[in-house]
Amino acid sequence: MNLEEIISQAEQAVASATDVVGLDQVRVEFLGKKGKLTEQLKSLGKLSAEERPKAGQLINQAKQQVQALIHQRGDLLRAEQIKQKLAAEAIDVTLPGRTTEAGGLHPVSRTIARIETFFSELGFAVKAGPEVEDDFHNFDALNIPAHHPARADHDTFYFNPKLVLRTQTSGVQIRTMEVEKPPLRIISPGRVYRNDYDQTHTPMFHQVEGLMVDKDVSFTHLKGILHDFLHNFFEEDLEIRFRPSYFPFTEPSAEVDVKGKNGKWLEVLGCGMVHPNVLRSVGIDPEEYSGFAFGMGVERLTMLRYGVNDLRAFFENDLRFLKQFK
Amino acid sequence: MKFSESWLREWVNPANSSDELTHQITMAGLEVDGVDAVAGEFTNVVVGEVIECSQHPDADKLQVTKVNVGDEVVDIVCGAKNCRLGLKVAVAKVGAVLPGNFKIKKAKLRGQPSHGMLCSESELGMAESADGIIELPADAPVGVDIREYLTLDDVTIDVDLTSNRGDCLGIRGLAREVGVLNNLEVNEVNCDAVAPAIDDALPIEISAGEACSRYLGRVIKGINVNATTPLWMVEKLRRCGVRAIDPVVDVTNYVLLELGHPMHAFDLAKIDGGINVRFAKAEEPLTLLDGQQVKLNEKTLVIADHHKPLAMAGIFGGEDSGVSTETQDILLESAFFAPLAILGKARQYGLHTDASHRYERGVDPELQFAAMERATALLLEIVGGQAGPVVEAKSEQHLPKPAKVTLRRAKLDSRIGIHIETDKVTEILTRLGFTVDYANEQWAVEVPAYRFDISIEEDLTEEIARVYGYNNIPNVAPEAKLTMRQHQEAALNIAQFKDVLVNRGYQEAITYSFVDPKIQDQLFPGHEVLTLPHPISSEMSVMRVSLWPGLLQSVVYNQNRQQNRVRLFETGLRFIPDADAENGVRQEAMLAGVITGLRSGEHWQLEKAAVDFFDAKGDVEALLALTADRHAYEFKAAEHSALHPGQTAAIYRGDTLVGYVGTVHPELERKLGLNGRTLVFELCQSEILSLTIPVAEEISKFPANRRDIAVIVKDEVSANSVLQLIEKVGTNHLVGLELFDVYQGKGIEPGYKSLAIALTLQDKERTLEEKDINNVVQIVVQALTTELDASLRD
Repeated sequence: MNLEEIISQAEQAVASATDVVGLDQVRVEFLGKKGKLTEQLKSLGKLSAEERPKAGQLINQAKQQVQALIHQRGDLLRAEQIKQKLAAEAIDVTLPGRTTEAGGLHPVSRTIARIETFFSELGFAVKAGPEVEDDFHNFDALNIPAHHPARADHDTFYFNPKLVLRTQTSGVQIRTMEVEKPPLRIISPGRVYRNDYDQTHTPMFHQVEGLMVDKDVSFTHLKGILHDFLHNFFEEDLEIRFRPSYFPFTEPSAEVDVKGKNGKWLEVLGCGMVHPNVLRSVGIDPEEYSGFAFGMGVERLTMLRYGVNDLRAFFENDLRFLKQFK
Repeated sequence: MKFSESWLREWVNPANSSDELTHQITMAGLEVDGVDAVAGEFTNVVVGEVIECSQHPDADKLQVTKVNVGDEVVDIVCGAKNCRLGLKVAVAKVGAVLPGNFKIKKAKLRGQPSHGMLCSESELGMAESADGIIELPADAPVGVDIREYLTLDDVTIDVDLTSNRGDCLGIRGLAREVGVLNNLEVNEVNCDAVAPAIDDALPIEISAGEACSRYLGRVIKGINVNATTPLWMVEKLRRCGVRAIDPVVDVTNYVLLELGHPMHAFDLAKIDGGINVRFAKAEEPLTLLDGQQVKLNEKTLVIADHHKPLAMAGIFGGEDSGVSTETQDILLESAFFAPLAILGKARQYGLHTDASHRYERGVDPELQFAAMERATALLLEIVGGQAGPVVEAKSEQHLPKPAKVTLRRAKLDSRIGIHIETDKVTEILTRLGFTVDYANEQWAVEVPAYRFDISIEEDLTEEIARVYGYNNIPNVAPEAKLTMRQHQEAALNIAQFKDVLVNRGYQEAITYSFVDPKIQDQLFPGHEVLTLPHPISSEMSVMRVSLWPGLLQSVVYNQNRQQNRVRLFETGLRFIPDADAENGVRQEAMLAGVITGLRSGEHWQLEKAAVDFFDAKGDVEALLALTADRHAYEFKAAEHSALHPGQTAAIYRGDTLVGYVGTVHPELERKLGLNGRTLVFELCQSEILSLTIPVAEEISKFPANRRDIAVIVKDEVSANSVLQLIEKVGTNHLVGLELFDVYQGKGIEPGYKSLAIALTLQDKERTLEEKDINNVVQIVVQALTTELDASLRD
């Protein structure tokens, strides 16, 4: 067989190889140890010394030619093979991934967390206190002596005449001032309790109490800080008004209303300058120090912020409600 | 307090609308809660006079009348029993529109023409119901529009008074406040002394001067208790939310509303000897006006005669000494009772009256004479009779003295934060009725008796700020020293734990701190609890000793609403009775969770398996991992009344119990109505809120070697005990330890299990040689064999 025929055969064989394995067989058939072109090399020995180099060169050329053909075809076949593999591995990327659906914080916690952020930035420390509270911390120290009419306003849960479920977080003020001295800046979020249950009252709800005691703290400061807070909280330039009110533990006292989208004023917090009797009851000289305190209803703020209409939803823990707060 | 706007405007009449007035008083601290029209919307109703009245020929219950309405006489058929000849009535003429868009047209009733309607109070929206038609006074001018005649274009304003403003619990006080706000003079009613017509008087003695410093009594003889209270008075009472009862009570109520001073009238015939104001004797009986029989205690002030208590002073009259239809002579009382003597007393007896409401907050200690004279004059006008002299008993030393308060310029400025001009401050104080003298940078202020709420400098500061207007005071950012607060890296915040749970698919719940004792007792039988004596309901009557009762109830609530995959957590206090704790109760902050339903939400590929113990435990481990000291916490098989005995772990940190994780006991699952396996955990916050601060170690440059061993141990040998033992004996070359398989079944004897464990060994100074490695493995295997009776699996 002459070289041209072999090459021609190889060309055909390469072209007809349909996969990498087939192509490799072609390689063996022509270039393997017993391949057709290898055989040709072996036959060089039969030639004369003068003919040998020339013939050898031709065979090598043929070999290279076939090798090139195989490489070329191999590249093509591999590309095809990868293409097929990739096509076979294609998936529907729109199917959901393996994830854990995140839960969420209760909207009341979310509001408390925001309030903590605002006030922490101003150096207010977050304090907690007991919920079963003695009447000294819940009432007496807050200038609400026994039988004060303000006590009757509280719908207090009594365990006995000396022990109550706290009706306000203000007791934490007292507990803090008993052990720390001014300058003081604290807030205290937490559960409070009133014996009242209807459309607009739940027997448990949340308040955040705030207190600042320092030299020369004034009513203008109270107004300033609460204005900033409410604008931050609602992220809107809401109309805000301060309305005179009465709390035994502050004087002057105020309630703060914001104007709702319906044009109605809604009370969101109570506040005032700490009453001198309160400061005295914890050994702070009201001639030297003054302070302000405020208490806000967390549920009311949350309802306004997120458009919750039914107070009771906060304590039903219906997942369909809770899951709206991610 | 509810009051009629038109009544107020008789006293002081600022040039503003109802809306402006209510806004003004709200912004002065008298918060208006509601404004209601005193009558419905209607037109074309006039005063008429019945000039003919006869029985309807064809209807028993109807009368045929002719009514003069001024410009004409109309035929009207009327069904009211009190319709009679000569009566002045409210006539809705043809064309009138009554409340509810009820149009009056010409009609025939059983054949008789009826061109109009005689109206009752309810038909005009003045009352919920009515017995008959309105009876107008005989002098009512025929033809005049009834709205005008009865001033029905009036509103009832409900003002929610704070407890310091007892002085505003009457029209007079409210008028004073409105006068201050508008800088107007306030009218007064005539309270001139009524000259005694008779000499009759009753001796009065005060035995408890600290509780009653002034008591006035006056005898009025020969009254007609069956007289009719005039319509103008009935209307004013009604518009202030008080129902007319009889003329004597109506007059005392009228004075209470007008002057803010409670009054009381006794039947003179029932008083034995004279009046003594004293504290009750223990267990002394008294029947109150409402028929309730009470046993008095020694702290209750009573009005007594020489033998028995007649009334609970300042709170409620007694039935026996009250004015009845037979009463002819009365003793009228006008007294000052000290707030401290009355505070809380009414409540002790389950009472709350208009009188106790006022005496608790305080009444003007100088108003008794004026009130007495005002009431006397009104009574004589309405029920007739002859008045005796006013008898006064008093305890001079206990009479409240007008307060004198000093207000310092500097203190006022630093309290409010701005400087209000001296003249302005003086003017405000003067308008408020205070006597003011400014000198040496301070105001000497004498407070009128009716402002008994003012006693210290801060009270005056508030008055000035209030009248100046809170909203005219600027908003200023407070200043403070920038002192850095102490922060501890090791102090973890519970918020971080909440975030872990949120990221693991939990929703935060907030459940009530008081729970159903039945449910709590099922979970914690026999546990001592703190019980609320007066709960909202029996389902909310005991303080929780764990967060589980509330969370499990929330699970049931959600399962009942087709929410089957539930993952909830809560933080909050549990309340454990403990004599050694403050106030006898340990209030411990807890973190608890509950899971039930599928492990993953429904997914096209993930296995649909229900959660089990290791899901809950995994979540707990993730929480504990926050402490960076996970290995300080040990899970031990345990028992808990609420949990499955074979699927409960108690979590310890050293010897301290941190909490539990486990499967709800299947029996409780059924009792609580839970749908399917439910896992719970609860951790004491105080045991997890600290972080171990890292101390860096150099990492080894030499290769680590892994050796896997499989050991067979008895079932009851816990994996933890195996791992702990290996850690203990595994020399310092052991740097990693993982349990990667647990096998039971073919090839393992029943009652045994095979644990596959990977040991990672490494040295910091050199590459470990085979013999080093084998040495460690051998030590480990040896220890397992001897201490835990383990064998190597072939």
